Amino acid sequence: MSILKLEGITQEFGGLRALDTVSMEVEQGKIFGIIGPNGAGKTTLFNIITGIYIPTEGNLFFKDGDITSTPAYNVARLGIGRTFQNIRLFGKLSVIDNVKVGSHGVTSSGFISNLFALPKAKKEEEIITAKALDLLELVGLADVKLEFADSLAYGDQRRLEIARALALEPTLLLLDEPAAGMNSAEKLDLMELINLIKEEYKLTILLVEHDMDLVMNICDLIAVLDYGKKIAEGTPQEVKSDERVIMSYLGVQV
Amino acid sequence: MVEGFLSQFVDAYYLRIMVIIGINIILALGLNLITGVTGQLSMGHAGFMSIGAYTAAILTLQFGLPFGPALVAGACMAGLFGFFIGIPTLRLEGDYLAMVTIGFGEIIRVFFLNFELGGKATGLYGMTKSTTFTTVWILVIIIIFLNAKLLKSRYGRAMYAIREDEIAAEATGINTTLMKVLAFTVGAFLAGLAGGLYAHYMGYIAPKDFAFMKSIEILNMVVLGGMGSIPGSILGAFILTIAPEMLRIVDEYRLLFYGALLVILMIFRPNGLLGNVRIYDIKKRFKKKEV
Amino acid sequence: MFWEQLLNGLTLGSSYALIALGYTMVYGIIQLINFAHGEIYMFGAFVGLLLVTVFGLNIVVALIGAMIFCMLLGMLVERIAYRPLRGKSSRLSALISAIGVSIFLSTLMVLIRGPNTTRYPEIIKINTYTIGSVSVSSLQIIILLVATLLMVGLQVMIRKTQIGKAMRACSQDIEASYLMGISVNRVISFTFAIGSALAAAGGVMVGVYYNAVWPYMGLMAGLKAFAAAVLGGIGSIPGAMIGGITIGVLEIFGVAYLSSSYKDAIAFAILILVLIIRPQGILGQKKIKKV
Repeated sequence: MSILKLEGITQEFGGLRALDTVSMEVEQGKIFGIIGPNGAGKTTLFNIITGIYIPTEGNLFFKDGDITSTPAYNVARLGIGRTFQNIRLFGKLSVIDNVKVGSHGVTSSGFISNLFALPKAKKEEEIITAKALDLLELVGLADVKLEFADSLAYGDQRRLEIARALALEPTLLLLDEPAAGMNSAEKLDLMELINLIKEEYKLTILLVEHDMDLVMNICDLIAVLDYGKKIAEGTPQEVKSDERVIMSYLGVQV
Repeated sequence: MVEGFLSQFVDAYYLRIMVIIGINIILALGLNLITGVTGQLSMGHAGFMSIGAYTAAILTLQFGLPFGPALVAGACMAGLFGFFIGIPTLRLEGDYLAMVTIGFGEIIRVFFLNFELGGKATGLYGMTKSTTFTTVWILVIIIIFLNAKLLKSRYGRAMYAIREDEIAAEATGINTTLMKVLAFTVGAFLAGLAGGLYAHYMGYIAPKDFAFMKSIEILNMVVLGGMGSIPGSILGAFILTIAPEMLRIVDEYRLLFYGALLVILMIFRPNGLLGNVRIYDIKKRFKKKEV
Repeated sequence: MFWEQLLNGLTLGSSYALIALGYTMVYGIIQLINFAHGEIYMFGAFVGLLLVTVFGLNIVVALIGAMIFCMLLGMLVERIAYRPLRGKSSRLSALISAIGVSIFLSTLMVLIRGPNTTRYPEIIKINTYTIGSVSVSSLQIIILLVATLLMVGLQVMIRKTQIGKAMRACSQDIEASYLMGISVNRVISFTFAIGSALAAAGGVMVGVYYNAVWPYMGLMAGLKAFAAAVLGGIGSIPGAMIGGITIGVLEIFGVAYLSSSYKDAIAFAILILVLIIRPQGILGQKKIKKV
């Protein structure tokens, strides 16, 4: 069943049309890739899905619920997590606090309860901490849990972002160029991690990437954007051999 | 009572300063929550202080309310104003918010200048000096304690997150507007509390006590001490209350110094004295030295 | 009566417009609200006064002298307090630094001249003309003429010269401009210089027109001019002109037909309304969050 549905999404910024009637359906439990040249609108698409922008036209459905104009924090609480193209961590919070923040939207202890450290808040804090530790173990950052997030190495920061997104207990995870700046070894680790969390947390994953190896290897389906339009969709094999895709993006080499 | 005990050992002058320091700590902690922790630059903090001061003073003077309830009422009034001012303005970006808060601070001051019941430009006088050393410092300790609990809780984390990266905070499920309004309201409440204490310590208040420069003074305490840090705000309040007293700096020069201090701090040490300083890091540094 | 008030409003409004231009140009390029801009305006007024009274220069020379002085002052401020923070620091830091400069400059003037109002001497012979039933003073005509000249001059410079083109490029995309070989630092300095010169002109004109200068005139006028810039659309030069005139007119009419004690609140009210209802102002463009 489809967990995410985009119908005719158009996004205009003043005179610029960043996205032009993009429609797609993402099936639950799959890894869906979005590729395209720079400026094709991939990140804009992510921003629309996560509620940071409201599309000029079109509709957006998550698990059959209309989330076209749902604000970003509610979209997150509904179960859509994301990472950012230019890493956006909470630099001066500790590594573990970054992950704990992810739990904010799925916890419910009140302000007064937290202010006076009443039992409910204390209990919840324990759960939040335990979950954060688990996630840090998963991404291999448990050792540095008390360091400032902005002191981590680049690759570690990316993984921390993923851990933070997972703390939201999402059903759909959006990864915006997670492999950017990584070397081959790191990319292999990343692929492993993505497959692992998909299985472990029963996730559907939406992936924007430039690294073709990663995309072809890991994705079940791929959509190709160019100048804001979807120009192709299919399995990695189909997309790789699609003429339009090759012309716009992959270059001469097939 | 405590005061009587202490005054045997300590000169009354120092006790007076300690009371002022206590009041300034409460002011600094309130602004710290708004600006240091949540990253929202509020330049009208003195306005909230004045609301608390006038409310409490009028309640004790005109309505014969006892000190305690009047104090609370003043703080609540300030908090209420913080809430209602916060809701429309906290949607604005940082730059605009600063200007708007200055504007509101001015509007509040102009209001009190024209306010009959508040004595207009002359202000109010004759309040019972119910604020004692004990009162202030018990409150200070409670507020520090609660503040610390708040900052360690999920609400505190959410507020820090907003300061660090508001968009990421939104994407991580934080209702940023709600959190900002919350911080603003609590900060205003604390300022109102400080105002009520101040009014019943001095025994007289006037609009000029709560001018824009007061807001700047409090901002300096928070920035110098280290934004987002409770010990920082305490230290900042301490230093900037004592130093002018000790050095007998005339009012005008004090402001000159404040202005330059802000610029110098921002260029050389934007985190102030204790911002982002954690016991964890200090321990680490010692361990490294051993190795 | 109406026409006279309108003329008053236009005169006041053009001084706001001259100040607002500085805000909008700086914001357009480096997204910083130059809090100290109001103080530059104030310094302009005082320097003009100085040149006329102490050096006995005629008003035209004094005007130019004030403009040159403030040009240099503005560039100095940018160099010392803003440039070190560009790029590496948060917006909050830059704002705080700007506030620091503002405090420093206004306090400096208080130390030099005392906090009270000084009168501008009668420099220009004022004739009053009557057109129909309306009396117009030659001073108003001169001010409107000078202001218009300056604004037209600015537009010409922006549209027709190399540096103007560079300024426009920087306000659209500063990184790209840098990569294209534009000396961004030079453009920014120049922008500050021009904005400061215009503000100085506004200061001298206000000083002459209202016959009064005082160290805190910058704070009020600065906030109002900022409101004007926002009203017109921050970053838009025509917008700043429109906004300035509008606020000037509304303020004069507000005083005439409503009450004078709340006249300062008019500009703030407009600011708050604009930011809540239509934050991009009249001519501004809606800002897209870059995520």
